Amino acid sequence: MRRFVSEGAKSLSLVSRPFLHRFEELLHLRFLSSTSVLDCPLSSSPSSSPMDPTPLTVDTINPKVLKCEYAVRGEVVTIAQRLQQELKDKPGSHPFDEILYCNIGNPQSLGQQPITFFREVLALCDHPSLLDKSETSGLFSADSIDRAWQILDQIPGRATGAYSHSQGVKGLRDAIASGIEARDGYPADPDDIFLTDGASPAVHMMMQLLTRSESDGILCPIPQYPLYSASIALHGGTLVPYYLDEANGWGLEVSELKKQLDAAKSKGVSVRALVVINPGNPTGQVLSEENQRQIVEFCKKEGLVLLADEVYQENIYAPEKQFHSFKKVARSMGYGEEDISLVSFQSVSKGYYGECGKRGGYMEVTGFAANIREQIYKVASVNLCSNISGQILASLVMNPPKANESYESYYAERDGILSSLARRAKILEDAFNSLEGVSCNKAEGAMYLFPRIRLPEKAIKAAEAANTVPDAFYCKHLLNATGVVVVPGSGFGQVPGTWHFRCTILPQEDKIPAVASRLTEFHKGFMDEFRD
Amino acid sequence: MSPKALDYESLNENLKKAQYAVRGELYLRASELQKEGKKIIFTNVGNPHALGQKPLTFPRQVVALCQAPFLLDDPNVGLLFPADAIARAKHYLSYTSGGLGAYSDSRGLPGVRKEVADFIGRRDGYPSDPELIFLTDGASKGVMQLLNAIIRGEGDGVLVPVPQYPLYSAAIALFGGSLVPYYLEETANWGLDVADLRQSVAHARAKGITVRAMVIINPGNPTGQCLSEANLREILRFCYQENLVLLGDEVYQQNIYQDERPFLSARKVLMDMGGPISRELQLVSFHSVSKGYWGECGQRGGYFEMTNIPPRSVEEIYKVASISLSPNVPAQIFMGLMVNPPKPGDISYDQFVRESKGILESLRRRARIMTDGFNSCRNVVCNFTEGAMYSFPQIRLPPRAIEAAKKARKVADVFYCLKLLEATGISTVPGSGFGQKEGVFHLRTTILPAEEDMPEIMASFKKFNDEFMEQYEDHRGYSRM
Repeated sequence: MRRFVSEGAKSLSLVSRPFLHRFEELLHLRFLSSTSVLDCPLSSSPSSSPMDPTPLTVDTINPKVLKCEYAVRGEVVTIAQRLQQELKDKPGSHPFDEILYCNIGNPQSLGQQPITFFREVLALCDHPSLLDKSETSGLFSADSIDRAWQILDQIPGRATGAYSHSQGVKGLRDAIASGIEARDGYPADPDDIFLTDGASPAVHMMMQLLTRSESDGILCPIPQYPLYSASIALHGGTLVPYYLDEANGWGLEVSELKKQLDAAKSKGVSVRALVVINPGNPTGQVLSEENQRQIVEFCKKEGLVLLADEVYQENIYAPEKQFHSFKKVARSMGYGEEDISLVSFQSVSKGYYGECGKRGGYMEVTGFAANIREQIYKVASVNLCSNISGQILASLVMNPPKANESYESYYAERDGILSSLARRAKILEDAFNSLEGVSCNKAEGAMYLFPRIRLPEKAIKAAEAANTVPDAFYCKHLLNATGVVVVPGSGFGQVPGTWHFRCTILPQEDKIPAVASRLTEFHKGFMDEFRD
Repeated sequence: MSPKALDYESLNENLKKAQYAVRGELYLRASELQKEGKKIIFTNVGNPHALGQKPLTFPRQVVALCQAPFLLDDPNVGLLFPADAIARAKHYLSYTSGGLGAYSDSRGLPGVRKEVADFIGRRDGYPSDPELIFLTDGASKGVMQLLNAIIRGEGDGVLVPVPQYPLYSAAIALFGGSLVPYYLEETANWGLDVADLRQSVAHARAKGITVRAMVIINPGNPTGQCLSEANLREILRFCYQENLVLLGDEVYQQNIYQDERPFLSARKVLMDMGGPISRELQLVSFHSVSKGYWGECGQRGGYFEMTNIPPRSVEEIYKVASISLSPNVPAQIFMGLMVNPPKPGDISYDQFVRESKGILESLRRRARIMTDGFNSCRNVVCNFTEGAMYSFPQIRLPPRAIEAAKKARKVADVFYCLKLLEATGISTVPGSGFGQKEGVFHLRTTILPAEEDMPEIMASFKKFNDEFMEQYEDHRGYSRM
């Protein structure tokens, strides 16, 4: 191996040495020959600047980070975790035995079981050498072994530990595209699909693409899932709110969209996109097809990108309602790639599969020019790829066992979960509606109830005195009395002067009566204390 | 015709500025050729399993069991899984509330973070706090989170080595900051000169940039050098004097191919220094399950450890992590297993050691084979790969080749690498993707192709290169660096 005399060596009397042993020897010599900076930090060094504050303090951290908020794992949850620890250290120290986390759509943390078939396939893909062993057929179903082979054949070398294509394994995207086509009746292109670590990173990518400055606005529903407000804040844009109509089942009026769009424009905001969450979070409404057509028409007319958060597409409880993807609606109106830019987000975290911890999801991107898609690809490539196991799961979710195969247990599990969710939604909805001053819209879909609480003036004053937002005040009291954790409505946005909280429908069915009765008892006590 | 919602002109400028060559032009061309039926050897990315490296058996057994916990109830599970894997699966499942399918704490499962802290404590000899360790979906996500916290605007600069792994340049561009380069010295084994650092900082400040952080990649990517203790001390002192947060990318810490400079973590050296610097210098260290001898790139598992970061900043960083809810749980288990591998006496210990050693020793041999192979080529000079997974030979392109590249409207090393690809199927990343001194060209390849394929690959490269040089050399001779 050739060696070279360091350029730096020329400045010392080492030129005669043809070889350099180690660079650090050179450095030591260099330092000895100049003013020593080894023991005099800060001011004696000529290049140190006049007291820059240390880089990572609250005063010097990126202000967009400071600005963003995310209540789902916010203050009330932190208190709950403390209480949980206290219960552990000192049982009986609170008027409840356990903390019930109803703040977050995290089904399996509350006892929901994963779909067996999916987990069989994933386990085989995690450890493909199982497929070479005869004993495996004794422990895994034949169908799961077949599907695992199918999937692994799409992955070069069966290497599930290798980075895939930055949009995700091609064969898995093919499966997802087929699934989308079967769902919608319109073709889907695997190259339109970007598999991501959950739907959230895909949302971030789009916000990044769309936001140049504070003057760029994104229309978001109020109430909304606070990923949107947080992401817009992080990327330095402006959230343009449009209000859902609580009195009309959280309906979305295009006239409201137009009003908010025009108001934003008049303030110099360039509105770039419209976020629609369907089924809604926290509000649970399922849009009618007619409503969806109006929204598509609106976006097309106003030149907005339609960002369709469709992660709850498999959570529909109202028998008269059905999920229609926005892509299907747009295509059924005769609108193609030239007419509307549309991004659809899907996730493995919700539905009946509830695989939150896997971080699987995708966005399907249609109606964008090639040079924009290249940019989307480029951003995806910086992170190389999403986790492979999550990609496999996304392909299973979008391409589940078919009716003519012998997947009885799959169907039993799936229908069991979905019907139970529908029952729990109804029980809790009725419980909330029975409370004094509380009204709760039906959960037509998703995983949440968002009751409106009418807080007496006395309670609002008490909240102010405690330096707390009134709905947070209510939620903290609720937590301290019952151990039930919910998220204050202010975390999602609401019409000013109204108060809500979001509660999931996810505690196991046998716990629901206790949740309902604890809430009822607490509310009565609260109203007794604060009634005007 | 309705107004276009999104056209190229109205895209976020920062996005357009960002580049990531590792999956850029060369890779896309290689993928095209592969589709056309050409045999491609992908050496563009540190992706060991894609080139035949087998996953370690024990972690795969454990995670498969965690994935399908009903197996644990099956009386025949012992036919497929050793007892220690079964026990370990139960152990990790007990850390979760609801198994792999539930969001964990946004920082990662506390039990795994404790195992990471214990690992760091054993490695460095100083205790580490699990509360200051955040697991992430790969180290890259962690890097992005920290840079996002640090960069307020284009007035904020981050010191980045040149050549560097282009995640840093891409992330800085995406967040609208300024990249402040410091050049590694190729003729001194890619060494780092603090005087050079000072100059880079002074230059940046003269332009009105506030330099906020410094990135070191140790072992280096693409350059492979392992920093000495003295070098690390200088860097730490420098950051302390200049009020910079040090970002220590240490994902290749298991990949060391020489014995003179074993891996030393920045944290260990900092703690060894003692005194005020050890209590005040802000440091964030990154690690991953993607490299080392594990190579589990597809899992997306990583962590960052914060040292001397104030509690309120930690809260803000936590807040941003919470928006994405949690890192993927299977990868958290891989991380736990990596920092807490089988011990002597465990049933799976011998197999684990055999597999690990096999991989590391082979990597060491391949590092040597590639370095020597490149150095035997005309106009190619290559520093030894001391660590990491790459070889970064300097290609001394003759003036006529550079002209030809200009005519073809390609950067010179891109031109060379495209020709290499077309001729041999070897897909590399041009040095311009990593940064290099003006007029000096390189390419990055990995040392990951299977050992038995190496001789043929190097022979194929040499044939192409020597013919290329023959074709473009001006026989009057030319001067290079």
